[in-house]
Amino acid sequence: MGSGGSRAAQVPDAERIRRETGFSQATLLRLYHRFRALDSNKKGYLSRMDLQQIGALAVNPLGDRIIDSFFPDGSLRVEFPDFARVLAHFRPVDDEDTGTRDPMQPEPLNSRMNKLRFAFQLYDLDGDGKISRHEMLQVLRLMVGVQVTEEQLESITDRTVQEADEDGDGAVSFLEFTKSLEKMNIEQKMSIRILK
Amino acid sequence: MLRAALPLLGLPLAGAAAAEEPTQEPGSPGEPLPGLVLFRWQWHEVEAPYLVALWILVASLAKIVFHLSRKVTSVVPESCLLILLGLVLGGIVLAVAKKAEYQLEPGTFFLFLLPPIVLDSGYFMPSRLLFDNLGAILTYAVVGTLWNAFTTGAALWGLQQAGLVAPRVQAGLLDFLLFGSLISAVDPVAVLAVFEEVHVNETLFIIVFGESLLNDAVTVVLYKVCNSFVAMGSANVRATDYLKGVASLFVVSLGGAAVGLVFAFLLALTTRFTKRVRIIEPLLVFLLAYAAYLTAEMASLSAILAVTMCGLGCKKYVEANISHKSRTTVKYTMKTLASCAETVIFMLLGISAVDSSKWAWDSGLVLGTLFFILFFRALGVVLQTWVLNQFRLVPLDKIDQVVMSYGGLRGAVAFALVILLDKTKVPAKDYFVATTIVVVFFTVIVQGLTIKPLVKWLKVKRSEHHKPTLNQELHEHTFDHILAAVEDVVGHHGYHYWRDRWEQFDKKYLSQLLMRRSAYRIKDQIWDVYYRLNIRDAISFVDQGGHVLSATGLTLPSMPSRNSVAETSVTNLLRESGSGACLDLQVIDTVRSGRDREDAVMHHLLCGGLYKPRRRYKASCSRHFILDDAQERQDKEVFQQNMKRRLESFKSTKHNICFAKSKPRPRKAGCKKKNGVANTAATNGKSPGDLGFRDTAAVILTVESEEDEEESDSSETEKDDEGIIFVARATSEVLQEGKVSGSLEVCPSPRIIPPSPTCAEKELPWKSGQGDLVVYVSSETTKIVPVDMQMGWNQSISSLESLASPSCTQAPTVTRLPPRPLAAEEPQAPLELRPSFAFPPSLAKAGRSRSESSADLPRPQELQPLMQHEDQSHLSPGTASSHWCIQFNRGGRL
Repeated sequence: MGSGGSRAAQVPDAERIRRETGFSQATLLRLYHRFRALDSNKKGYLSRMDLQQIGALAVNPLGDRIIDSFFPDGSLRVEFPDFARVLAHFRPVDDEDTGTRDPMQPEPLNSRMNKLRFAFQLYDLDGDGKISRHEMLQVLRLMVGVQVTEEQLESITDRTVQEADEDGDGAVSFLEFTKSLEKMNIEQKMSIRILK
Repeated sequence: MLRAALPLLGLPLAGAAAAEEPTQEPGSPGEPLPGLVLFRWQWHEVEAPYLVALWILVASLAKIVFHLSRKVTSVVPESCLLILLGLVLGGIVLAVAKKAEYQLEPGTFFLFLLPPIVLDSGYFMPSRLLFDNLGAILTYAVVGTLWNAFTTGAALWGLQQAGLVAPRVQAGLLDFLLFGSLISAVDPVAVLAVFEEVHVNETLFIIVFGESLLNDAVTVVLYKVCNSFVAMGSANVRATDYLKGVASLFVVSLGGAAVGLVFAFLLALTTRFTKRVRIIEPLLVFLLAYAAYLTAEMASLSAILAVTMCGLGCKKYVEANISHKSRTTVKYTMKTLASCAETVIFMLLGISAVDSSKWAWDSGLVLGTLFFILFFRALGVVLQTWVLNQFRLVPLDKIDQVVMSYGGLRGAVAFALVILLDKTKVPAKDYFVATTIVVVFFTVIVQGLTIKPLVKWLKVKRSEHHKPTLNQELHEHTFDHILAAVEDVVGHHGYHYWRDRWEQFDKKYLSQLLMRRSAYRIKDQIWDVYYRLNIRDAISFVDQGGHVLSATGLTLPSMPSRNSVAETSVTNLLRESGSGACLDLQVIDTVRSGRDREDAVMHHLLCGGLYKPRRRYKASCSRHFILDDAQERQDKEVFQQNMKRRLESFKSTKHNICFAKSKPRPRKAGCKKKNGVANTAATNGKSPGDLGFRDTAAVILTVESEEDEEESDSSETEKDDEGIIFVARATSEVLQEGKVSGSLEVCPSPRIIPPSPTCAEKELPWKSGQGDLVVYVSSETTKIVPVDMQMGWNQSISSLESLASPSCTQAPTVTRLPPRPLAAEEPQAPLELRPSFAFPPSLAKAGRSRSESSADLPRPQELQPLMQHEDQSHLSPGTASSHWCIQFNRGGRL
């Protein structure tokens, strides 16, 4: 995957990024190579196009949303530190993370909460901190596929929202979102082994 | 099994059978018969199947007895008890016959007893879990088994060289390796029997169990290779043979898996076309799976692997294709067969152990083997886990490793394999048999007994059972996609990537090919969960006697229900999807929807007992086979109800309570009866397809309002006498039909007289908007209602009570409620002209009291009907007559 140079020294600002993301040297290097490979004309950042050209991402129902999450606040380019920061959500949780963390420091990016927050913002398109019924419907439409009729989809949506909605406002807040996933092993489900 | 069972139970009876022998040549012309024989003993003709049946019966009865005491079974695993029972039975036989002739026959075991168990475990294997842990499972199954076999064999040989095994055990290195190969494999039957009762967490379970299933290929190969090496003699084994041995490992395992997958494909494809012969669906599943097993066995591939893969591969498509009933049948038959086979296996194991003539005891060998299998298993697990943990996202901790080492149970497979050894080639067979029996007994009894306390003591994470929720299902899918996407971005094509690719492939091609269209449409996992949640709600709703407001309320305490969209009713949905499970529960969500009200009325009527609406999960299930029966019954019902109606109308005419058209009714009812059901169906054949049922038949219910009797003198009676046409369907098309039928050009359908208050009235007050519910509100009712719903419940009760209280004045006429056929009819019920159609007096009274109370009720405004918009918009009041035409489906053949 490393079509560019392969020396560690090339990662700019490596120490700072590592501190922030918790990636190992090797992983960071790997990501950097990948970053360079995706960067089609060596402009030093990734544009939306660069990510969209990844073949499998195009067929992924959530592909667009994932790409969007790399470009917060309508920015058009993603630099390597941001790239690494997004991917850091998927770093597996180590023992060191939970054990010897300095309470003064902000929560690591791969904490359960941050993993959930990442997933949450994929649902919450308008960023108002709530998954509205409409947003839920959109996600479900992406996930469920064509076999289910619109009407059925609506009722699934209703039920899904009702299930999670505890304060009865017809939308799922982040708190309710985490609650509905209480029993799930998020640390395990939202981690990729190679991103140590 | 057949032959196996013979000697045991046959013994006491053999004498009797032999004595009968001469007299048992039926119809042989040469012999002068002593006339007609009244009683003839034909034992030997039924002997074999009889014994098998008895045998299984004994095992099953034993199982029942074991489970009589919870205390015993909670401590002692069933497998232990069965082995002990076998020992006792074997002892009895030994005492009676003076010799033990019986043992678990390898042929029986491999051909008949093992397949059901493996099929069961493969079919119900949690595939996601299996594939998530596939790496670990395969490592343990392949490397672990090889390791166990070689180390155990070598160590035993070393033990012999060291002189700790008596010299009379004549075995070389190869013999010991052969023995090691058969004793080292973890046994699926034993593991399943013990671990099912232990409830460790899923990951641990799937690793141990998956290993025990998948190691079969390794065991088979090792056993065969070693066996042939022994047969050849170690001197003649060449290097190419070793290579062949290694190659055969791949051939046997991959070949077995391939056979399984091919049959899975065939099975899925076949079930796609069984739409018209639903009844053979379960049979197909078993036949093709068994064929896979036999085919693999025939080609000396790994049969266990074949069946496992077959079950694993076909399940998704088969479950989607076959009908609900078939699914249940498959499930239960599979479980029954598997548990039956398991029971028999353990019992036979116990019995075979009694046969000491095949034993040859050597303490050194037995103790050495016991020690080595435990030691090397533990060592192997620790080493492999250490390696695996480098790659695993969630490392297996020490406790897991302890359980895995300790859970390496040996069982009937090892025993059957050791019995299969050829004594002429393996002189130490008897010693091996004894050792195997001891090992199996030790692992099943000692380890089986202690593993539960051990798991408790080590605080192994138990499996927690929680209900699936839509959110979890949805989010899990989201996470899968997110991870796949992230793997794409990172550029590492790992597990998630391939799984995603596979799912896309499956969706695009496989499912299209293997699932029938209708199934494919509803076969989305999220939809599936949604559907199952609804079913569960419905079941729990029914389980609770239907008293709780809504079972949905249990899971969704804070439903913002009333504002949801009209189209969300499950009933509607199910209509559309064609699966007609009766799920009225969610109607609470959609009180305001006209369709739901109409549904409510329909339900109301159906519950009210026209013909008991058979639960129809699939509209066409088994139709061929129950058709006649059902139709007969229905015809009878039609007849009876017609008679009832005739009697009533007779009575009412006598009392000069007029309903329009009361006279023609009997005749037409009669004609209806004669002409049968097809008539009705034909007449209304064009009823709207969105009912979701294939064959719909419009049935016009003629229902008199209670005013006919009770308020005949009031001012509105005139209009009421004219009655109201109640049309269940909101569509104008139906209205047309309704009008037509309202004028009784269509033969009237049988009169419905509910035998009891409909449950809809009892529990779903909002549906009919009837105040008379109060009568049925018991004090228990409120207790069952969950706390968070009690307030609402109480409110509704009190409001209903206040409505029903006598102080209330008479009902506003405008708001008269359509969906009350029940109350409307019952005033006539008490007429008992003929005892054969008599109503229970209490019911009749109840009906009357209800109708009385309801007559007084001012209808709550919000519950106003049904009729309001439909009636007034589509029906001119003039056409209204005293008939409530309700169009509904009465099942396929009515």
